[in-house]
Amino acid sequence: MNALTSKLLGGKQGLIGLVILSAIIFIALPLGLDLFRLGLVGKYLTYAFVAVSLVLLWGYGGILSLGQGIFFGLGGYCMAMFLKLEASDPVSTKIQTTPGIPDFMDWNQLTEIPWFWVPFQSLTLTILAVLIVPALFAYIIGYAMFKRRVGGVYFAIITQAIALILTILIVGQQGFTGGVNGITDLKTMLGWDIRDDSSKYILYYVNGLLLIGTILVCRYIITSKFGMLLLAMRDKEERVRFSGYDVSNFKIFIFCVAALISAIGGAMFTLQVGFMSPSFIGIVPSIEMVIFAAVGGRMSLIGAIYGALLVNFGRTMFSETYPELWLFLMGGLFIAVVMFFPNGLAGLYEKYAKKYRLAERMQKIFSSGKPAKADAEATPTKTTGAKA
Amino acid sequence: MSNTDFVLAIEDLTVSFDGFKAVDALTLYVDRNELRVVIGPNGAGKTTVLDLICGKTKSTSGSIKFKNRELTTLSEHEIVRAGVGRKFQTPSIYENLSVYQNLEVSYPKGRGVWGSLLFKSTDDVVNSVHRVAKEIMLEEHLDMEAALLSHGQKQWLEIGMLLMQDPELLMLDEPVAGMSAKERDQTADLLNRICKNRSVVVIEHDMEFVKKIAHKVTVLHQGKILAEGTMDNVQKDEKVIEVYLGH
Repeated sequence: MNALTSKLLGGKQGLIGLVILSAIIFIALPLGLDLFRLGLVGKYLTYAFVAVSLVLLWGYGGILSLGQGIFFGLGGYCMAMFLKLEASDPVSTKIQTTPGIPDFMDWNQLTEIPWFWVPFQSLTLTILAVLIVPALFAYIIGYAMFKRRVGGVYFAIITQAIALILTILIVGQQGFTGGVNGITDLKTMLGWDIRDDSSKYILYYVNGLLLIGTILVCRYIITSKFGMLLLAMRDKEERVRFSGYDVSNFKIFIFCVAALISAIGGAMFTLQVGFMSPSFIGIVPSIEMVIFAAVGGRMSLIGAIYGALLVNFGRTMFSETYPELWLFLMGGLFIAVVMFFPNGLAGLYEKYAKKYRLAERMQKIFSSGKPAKADAEATPTKTTGAKA
Repeated sequence: MSNTDFVLAIEDLTVSFDGFKAVDALTLYVDRNELRVVIGPNGAGKTTVLDLICGKTKSTSGSIKFKNRELTTLSEHEIVRAGVGRKFQTPSIYENLSVYQNLEVSYPKGRGVWGSLLFKSTDDVVNSVHRVAKEIMLEEHLDMEAALLSHGQKQWLEIGMLLMQDPELLMLDEPVAGMSAKERDQTADLLNRICKNRSVVVIEHDMEFVKKIAHKVTVLHQGKILAEGTMDNVQKDEKVIEVYLGH
């Protein structure tokens, strides 16, 4: 059990990273920001799920998916369908031709809920769908691709194509999906208003907890033999295959896990932002999510979260002042990261933390109970660090 | 095809790439505990034969039986699990992992997705890693990143990764390519040690090395067997001198 805990926390180093991250998410940001800004952070943190999934899939597995938006979107749509049905009760939709169905269905002359909407009347089935539908979709794509040994650039292009197809499909089927507007006007979950201030805080914290939980699960995976095999496969796939492993099964599995994580992010997005639209599925958002992971460092689970936060803060700031420049800046940022910091923020941290022996000092502060004592201990290290 | 006592029985094996027969009606038997060396000029089909046995290339016709089990219909990982290990020509190791991890990851337990997630490094695993590391002379480098090993050590590590799986048939493609004279001698000793309880098939060009290890030699030429027998007999064979050893 002890070994398992230390595995999950990633040793002392990993624990420190996790504590700092939790402190920022759960204490610093809620205290320092007004509710509007905190809502934005909450939204960014749902993207962080996708960035984390890409660390697992791309960083460790070497499988670059440029279509993670598919799974973010599917998770988000599953949740939105439930909330929309609840928002479309007969009383509030009584001006429609057919009361009791979502407004966009009514506009498109539908008179009853389509069959695939029916399960989303139940919250339990909806939560199951959020977890299962994207993973199942990933399984089908993964099975078709990896069993045929499609990989690398071809896989990336195919995921892009699927993201595009799904967007077009959703936009085209307005009566069933809400079309280009997406699913909007979401109000309550089982009668609980998701729009008022207290629910916003609650959802923000639930999102944060799920994100930390995801990190722990991912850490378990990458420290297990499975994780070692991922690294081995990235390096020498043939050698793994000729060591008696069915490589495709491992790839399919990690692709499904990544889809599941992205879907949780999508569902939390819908809950916090209050709508879901095809603009979160397509090519551009899928590539942006890769950029978040790249900026954070594609081998660092925690780095990916900082990457998502930082790039999105940047976007918000710049697009408030120079909206037309943002896309160029984002492209430039990606090129800069790939060329100069291939390991992203996490790589920079590693480099400078080693230089100033930050980690050692942190460890001393965390391992000794009293902060005052820790300071005293840390001071000599500081001087030696400066000398070195 | 009949059942045999041979560990490996290749009969009438042919593979053709767009009409070019890289291996042409090859029949080859390998005994238990035998160390067989396959030699031949470039393009003779030596590596292709190994590719066919381990499933990397699918045969056009013919049969490959390992302990009377047909291999041509199995997929690569099933062939490995049946007990056939193969070392590639260029050292094929996981450069990002340590020597210890390279060996550990090759341990033949936890080979499924769930198995690997729940895999625990038990005493058996640790002992196997240390035993094999000692065998391949890398015991002192267990914590080293595999990328930092010398070329010869990488070759040994890959052999070690196969030994972790304890295969009954071990196939090595040019194991001493790029090694120093001393490393070659050490490798010859290593091969002589590890062929005790298993059959080994080696492809090699270095005749001095072949002499040290071979129980029997097969000479391939244009996808067919040119000669087979002890090293001395093969070296005296006029056809072999003509196409390969001669000039």
